[in-house]
Amino acid sequence: MTCCMRHLPFQLSLVLSTLFYFSSCLSSLLGFRSRGLRPGRFDWMVIALGVLAQSWFLMTQGAMEHACPIRTLPEVMIFLSWAIGLFYLVVGTTYRISLMGAFSAPLILALQSIALLLPGAKMPLESSINPWIELHAALSLIAFGAFGLASISAIMFLVQEKQLKSQHPTTIFHYLPPMRLLEAVTLRLLWLGWVLLSISFAAGWLPSHSISGMKFGISLLVWGSYVLTLFLYHKHRVGAHHLALMAILIFFFALMIFPVMRYISGLYF
Amino acid sequence: MNIFCAGLNHRTASLQIRENFAVKQEEMAELLGRLRARDGLSGAVMLSTCNRVELYASSLCPLQTLDGFHTILKERVGSDVPLYYHTTPEAVRHLFRVASGLDSMVLGETEIFGQVKKAYSFSVERGVTTRPLHRLFQHTFRVAKQLRTETQITRGASSIGSVAVQLAEKIFGQLDDCRVMILGAGEVSERTARSLQSRGVRSLIVSNRHYDKAVTLAAQIGGMALHFDHWEKNIRDVDIIISATGAPHAILTVEKLQPHLRHRRGCPLFIIDLAVPRDVEPSINKMQGVFLYDIDSLQKIASESIDIRRQEIVHCESLIAQHVREFLLWMRKNPFMSFSCCS
Repeated sequence: MTCCMRHLPFQLSLVLSTLFYFSSCLSSLLGFRSRGLRPGRFDWMVIALGVLAQSWFLMTQGAMEHACPIRTLPEVMIFLSWAIGLFYLVVGTTYRISLMGAFSAPLILALQSIALLLPGAKMPLESSINPWIELHAALSLIAFGAFGLASISAIMFLVQEKQLKSQHPTTIFHYLPPMRLLEAVTLRLLWLGWVLLSISFAAGWLPSHSISGMKFGISLLVWGSYVLTLFLYHKHRVGAHHLALMAILIFFFALMIFPVMRYISGLYF
Repeated sequence: MNIFCAGLNHRTASLQIRENFAVKQEEMAELLGRLRARDGLSGAVMLSTCNRVELYASSLCPLQTLDGFHTILKERVGSDVPLYYHTTPEAVRHLFRVASGLDSMVLGETEIFGQVKKAYSFSVERGVTTRPLHRLFQHTFRVAKQLRTETQITRGASSIGSVAVQLAEKIFGQLDDCRVMILGAGEVSERTARSLQSRGVRSLIVSNRHYDKAVTLAAQIGGMALHFDHWEKNIRDVDIIISATGAPHAILTVEKLQPHLRHRRGCPLFIIDLAVPRDVEPSINKMQGVFLYDIDSLQKIASESIDIRRQEIVHCESLIAQHVREFLLWMRKNPFMSFSCCS
């Protein structure tokens, strides 16, 4: 097994992981269509295999580059989808939210597919890689993994809320967890993401590395948006519905804006 | 050796007959002992619920066992017994269907699974089971679990009370900390409150126009009575409102609810309106964090659940047929199972 893994082309592991995520999406889709959705071990297992294959890719890529494998936009997307998958494996198990896999897999698959289709032009390696900057970049992406899963949980919350409001719940209602649980999961993931993002900011500041004004401004905007959302929620100014909406909006805003910004600034993510 | 099953259920006997034949746990040990004393019967499990009294046995002479069971029951009640009976493979299929809720009065109900388990444990504890019966019941539990997870036979809730509980659980999760306010001390609201109580609700407030009725109901369900003039003030403190008053117009409107929502700090409010005419203004459902269900919407959900369950019967029967074949194969592989003196 170890021998096989050693000789396994690392690009193949990426294709494999994509196939695993695709099969998770397919099984959920077929389940929904036949009204026989059975979320559970299959989703968890397939996503676990996908994460494992991605880990192999990231590890090999990192060893080849002697750096954290987040130097190209495709690598960044793979790292982000890997972080979302990893958080799902922990959160889905801890809170026994089996259906979260059916919601997470499409996002992970989309990120990974875009990564596979994008040209992987590498940024030139700097003469010496600053470990603080590496930590800053990696932690930021892991934080966005948490925010990504928070947005998934928020989507599930809004779907369940809509089901209950409709007075005519459909099949999915039976599989979705209680709203209060989804609210709690969203909130905890937002807090976790925010703490990780704050640490990553601190790590970015420490070596006094120059950053573009725009990158700093946008990062601060995203960080501040999360602070404001959490503050308003804890002060009971916004309810669970708006917390969910904000979690989705901020994450997808960040998902759109950072790749654009990276190409404009041409800087390290 | 043959697997044998005999008994009566809600289809073959009226409630009046069934209640005469219901066997209490204290009597069961003695009955099982008497049955085992009969020739040919090696092991037995007796299932007695409000809807059925059944004997499952491994027997060399099924007809003799049937005769013994019939005589014992007849002696107990002093009248003739309308018994049905099955032998292998029909007896195996019957048990699989019973444990899966396919033979229940409310299709797909899951309580029967626990009752079958309990009956089996009772016989195991008293050493009155045999290897074929062990194997049969273990297989039965596997079948029931498979049907529950792989089909929709237990999907949804089938009564107004259970639909209300299901909805509440989908909003709040655990109901232990939920506070419930009942408006109107009628039978419907009491039943719904009891359903919620069965799932952990501890805090209940009862309010009624006639305070004495509120006090009576509160005493019955272990809640607290409240004067009808004060119920509005409690909206901010409760999670679920069950309303079933006889008021000719809506007693809860958007205008009345709006000021209280601000004090609820984002906590969801589940309103169950069981009154006709309705007690709650329908537009309340549009308010953030408020979930309103009236008697029609609850009834519709219950009916749909039953329809979904009915659609699953064919799928369930085919899975059961597959399991019956598996069990018969096991019986054939074990030579001690393959003969009987009469069947």
